[in-house]
Amino acid sequence: MSLPHLRRLEAEAIHVIREVVATFSNPVVLYSIGKDSSVLLHLAMKAFYPAKPPFPFLHVDTKWKFREMIEFRDRMARELGFDLLVHVNQDGVEQGIGPFTHGSNVHTHVMKTMGLRQALEKYGFDAALAGARRDEEKSRAKERIFSIRSAQHGWDPQRQRPEMWKTYNTRVGQGETMRVFPLSNWTEFDIWQYILREEIPIVPLYFAARRPVVKREGMLIMVDDDRMPIQPEEEVTEQLVRFRTLGCYPLTGAVESDAVTVPEILREMLTVRTSERQSRLIDTDEVGAMEKKKREGYF
Amino acid sequence: MSYVQSIPPHDIEAHLAEHDNKSILRFITCGSVDDGKSTLIGRLLYDAKLVFEDQLANLGRVGSPGAANGKEIDLALLLDGLEAEREQGITIDVAYRYFATSKRKFIVADTPGHEEYTRNMVTGASTADLAIILIDSRQGILQQTRRHSYIASLLGIRHVVLAVNKIDLVDFKQQVYEEIVADYMAFAKELGFASIRPIPISARDGDNVISASANTPWYRGAALLEYLETVELDPTDQAKPFRFPVQMVMRPNADFRGYAGQISCGRISVGDPVVVAKTGQRTSVKAIVTYDGELATAGEGEAVTLVLSDEVDASRGNMLVAPGARPFVADQFQAHVIWFDANPMMPGRSYILRTETDSVSATVTTLKHQVNINSFIREAAKSLQMNEVGVCNISTQAPIAFDAYNDNRATGNFIIVDRVTNATVGAGLIDFPLRRADNVHWHALEVNKSARSAMKNQLPAVLWFTGLSGSGKSTIANELDRILHAQGKHTYLLDGDNVRHGLNRDLGFTEEDRVENIRRVAEVAKLMADAGLIVLVSFISPFRDERRMARELMEEGEFIEIFVDTPLDECARRDPKGLYEKALAGKIANFTGVSSCYEAPENPELHIRTVGHQPNDLALAIEEFLDRRIGGQMTPLQRPT
Repeated sequence: MSLPHLRRLEAEAIHVIREVVATFSNPVVLYSIGKDSSVLLHLAMKAFYPAKPPFPFLHVDTKWKFREMIEFRDRMARELGFDLLVHVNQDGVEQGIGPFTHGSNVHTHVMKTMGLRQALEKYGFDAALAGARRDEEKSRAKERIFSIRSAQHGWDPQRQRPEMWKTYNTRVGQGETMRVFPLSNWTEFDIWQYILREEIPIVPLYFAARRPVVKREGMLIMVDDDRMPIQPEEEVTEQLVRFRTLGCYPLTGAVESDAVTVPEILREMLTVRTSERQSRLIDTDEVGAMEKKKREGYF
Repeated sequence: MSYVQSIPPHDIEAHLAEHDNKSILRFITCGSVDDGKSTLIGRLLYDAKLVFEDQLANLGRVGSPGAANGKEIDLALLLDGLEAEREQGITIDVAYRYFATSKRKFIVADTPGHEEYTRNMVTGASTADLAIILIDSRQGILQQTRRHSYIASLLGIRHVVLAVNKIDLVDFKQQVYEEIVADYMAFAKELGFASIRPIPISARDGDNVISASANTPWYRGAALLEYLETVELDPTDQAKPFRFPVQMVMRPNADFRGYAGQISCGRISVGDPVVVAKTGQRTSVKAIVTYDGELATAGEGEAVTLVLSDEVDASRGNMLVAPGARPFVADQFQAHVIWFDANPMMPGRSYILRTETDSVSATVTTLKHQVNINSFIREAAKSLQMNEVGVCNISTQAPIAFDAYNDNRATGNFIIVDRVTNATVGAGLIDFPLRRADNVHWHALEVNKSARSAMKNQLPAVLWFTGLSGSGKSTIANELDRILHAQGKHTYLLDGDNVRHGLNRDLGFTEEDRVENIRRVAEVAKLMADAGLIVLVSFISPFRDERRMARELMEEGEFIEIFVDTPLDECARRDPKGLYEKALAGKIANFTGVSSCYEAPENPELHIRTVGHQPNDLALAIEEFLDRRIGGQMTPLQRPT
C-alpha cells in the first residue's frame, strides 16, 4: 500500500531537514513561533532521533509579537531543551521603530528583514530552514525547496536553480546562503491535520477566546499591550476571536470564531472562503508585496 | 472547501481519515506559450470553487494587459506570481498548486511554455505522474508541443492528456479537433506513453473542464477534471527491490550507529538481509528506528534510520540494497543529459555530478549524439547548447551506485553542477553502465592538453623564475609550490640543482652547456605543461635568448617570466651556498654576476623585488597573479579545443 498523504509529507520534510545537516556546516532554523514553525520544530525533533536537532533555533524578535507568543517560545525551549537564539535589531530599537509610528512597511523592513540579515551575518549561518509553504502566496508558489540567496541576502526569481526529483543542489559560493523550506508542499489544511494527529503544542492564540479587539482598516486588531494607540472614534470590545496566522500583533488580524479545539479549527477551514494571508497587513500593502520583500531578504 | 461545505462536527475525524487516504495525482501543464496553461489551472481551481475570495479580489488590483478585457477575470493571474510574469503576461517559473476533490488530491505544476525556460519545465516534470499537453486549436502542433512531449516522456511521465484548447475559437469544429489528435498520435507513438487521452476544451470559458459542454456534442468522453479524478495510476514503487540511499550516519553516542535516509523503493523488515552497494558487504537489519518507536517493517517513501547487525563501511552516498537485486556500481555509464546553462556542455570538462546523496567529479567522455526535438533524429554534435538533449558517456572519479532511470526514477537520476558558478547546469537520466572495455570512445577521444588540464581543473602554466644565484628564486618557488598544492593544484618544481643531478648530469658550466641546460629544462617544462601541470622552473637562466627560446616553446600566455630581483651585493651577503665567496676569490669560473654576465629581463610578466619582503608574501603575490589570470577570460574549460 502506498504511504498515506501526511506521512509522505512528513517523510519528505525529514529528508530535506537531514539533507541540510548533511551538506551545510552551520545551519539554523528560523523559528517564528507560529503553527508552521511548531510543525517544523516537531519534524526536526523526529529527523535526528535518538539525537537532538544539531542546530539552533533563531527567533528574530521585532518586539511587537503577541506576549503569549514569547511566553510560548520560552516554554518550548525549556521543555524540549533546544538551543534558542533570540535576536533583536538594536539599531531599530534605538531609533524607536514601531508599526504605529513608522507604518507596517518600515517596521517590517527594519525589525524583521534587517534583523534577520544581522543575525545571519552575526552567527555566520550558511543555511536557514524555515516553515514557509507554497500555498501561502503566489510568489512563494514559485520558490524552490532549496532557494539560494546572494551575499546581500537577495532572492532572484529569474535565476532560480532548476530543482529535479529530490536531488538537491546544496552548493553555495562565497558569502551566499541557502534558505530551505521543508514544508513547501504542505497546505494550511495539512498543517492543521498534522498538528491534530501529532498533538503538537501551539500558541493558544490560535484557539477562540474572548479578547479585546479594535476594528481597524477592515481588520480586527487585538489590543495586546498599552503601546497601542486607540483613536477617539475607535472602541475596544471583547469578542470571541482567534488567529489564523501570528506575527506582530498590530499587523495581524483576528477572525471571529468559536473554534476552541483543533478539530473545530479544521471544520471551520472546510467552509472558509478567504486565504490565511488575508489577515496579514504586510501582504496587501501593494501588489507583488511579498515578492519585493523576499527579494530584499524577508522570509 | 466547497465540495465538503457542511461536515457535521462528529464526522470530522472520519472525514480527515478519508482525506488522508485519498490517492494523490501529481501533474503538469505544458505546451507552447499562449496555449493557455495557466488559464486552464485557474479555471480548474475557480470552477471547483477552490479559489479564496481575497485571492479573486486581488486579481482586480493587477494592471496587466491580460486583465484589461472588461469585467472578465484573467485566471492566469492566479498563478503567475512573479512581477516579471505579470508584466510580460507569460509564465517564467513553475508554480505549484495544491487542491483536492472528493475523490483525489492533486499537486499541479504550471510550467512555462517558452523554450528559454525549459529548465523550469523539467523541474515540474521530474516528479509528475501525468502531463496535460495543451494545444491551441488554431495553431495545431508547434515545436514546443513536441519538445514538451519529448521531455515528458524522457522524464518518465507515462500518461498524457491532450487538451485541445481554444476550441471555441474554431467554432467547436470536430474536424479541427480530429485532425490535431491524429497529428499528435502520429508523432507521439514513438514516445512510449502508456496512455494519451484527447479532450477538446476551452480553458477560458470552461468547456469540458469540470463538466461536459453542450458546445461539443460530438465529444462523448469525460470532462478534464473527471478524467483526472479517475485515471489509473501506475503501481507505486513498493514492489521494486529495496533501495536505501544513505543520507547520513547518526552517531549520537558510542552505543548507537544508525543509517538515516528515505526508502527509494521496496520494503524492508527487521531481520532482512541487506548489502552495502559499493562494497558488497552483507549484513542484516537489526532495527528500524523512528521517533515514534521502532518499526517491524517500512516501505517506499518512509524516512527512517536503520541499525545494522554488523559494523559495515557505509557513509553518505552509499546505498543499502536487496542482496538479490543489486544496483549497478560503476564509474562509467551512458546517460541522457538535458542541458540548462548558457555555457554549452563540453566533453572533457570537469563537473560535479550529484545523485540523491552522492557527489563526485565527473566528465563527459563522449557526446554520442544529440536528439533533434522536432524529428527525434540523432544528430552528431560536439557540444550541447542550452535546452538541448544529448546521449553521453560519462566517467566519474569514483564509482557510484545507480539503477537505470527507466527502472527507478529516484536512483537513476543525477544533476550536473558547474564547479565555478555552482549552478545546476544539467540533468541526467542514466541508461546503463559501461564496462571499461566497452567504452572504446574513451580511447577514440583525443586525450590532449585541454582534456588533461580540464580533468585537473586548472590552466597549465610554466612559471619561470630567473635571477642571480642567491636571489631567493628557489625559496619563493618552494613556497608557491606549497600554496598551490594546498589548493589542490597539480604542480611540479624543476630546480637547477635537482635537474643537474640527473637529466643534465653530463653538462658543465661553459656557455654552450648552459644553453643546452636551459633547452633541456624548457623541453621538460613543455612536456609537463602538456600533461596539464603547473610547472615552476627555478633557474638562474642568465641569457635573454634562452629565456625567449623557452617562451616560444610554450603556448601563448602559458609562459610566465618572474624576475626575482635582488641586488648582487645582497646576494653576495646572503651567499647561502658559499659560492659568492669562492667566485669572488676566483675559484669558480663563469659565475653569473661575478665572472659571467646576467641579462635582466626586459618585459617579465612579474618583477619581484625581494629586499624587505618575506618569501611567503611574494609567493602569495604570484599566486594572486595566477589566480587572476585563471579567473579571467582563459579558464581552461572554455577554451576552444
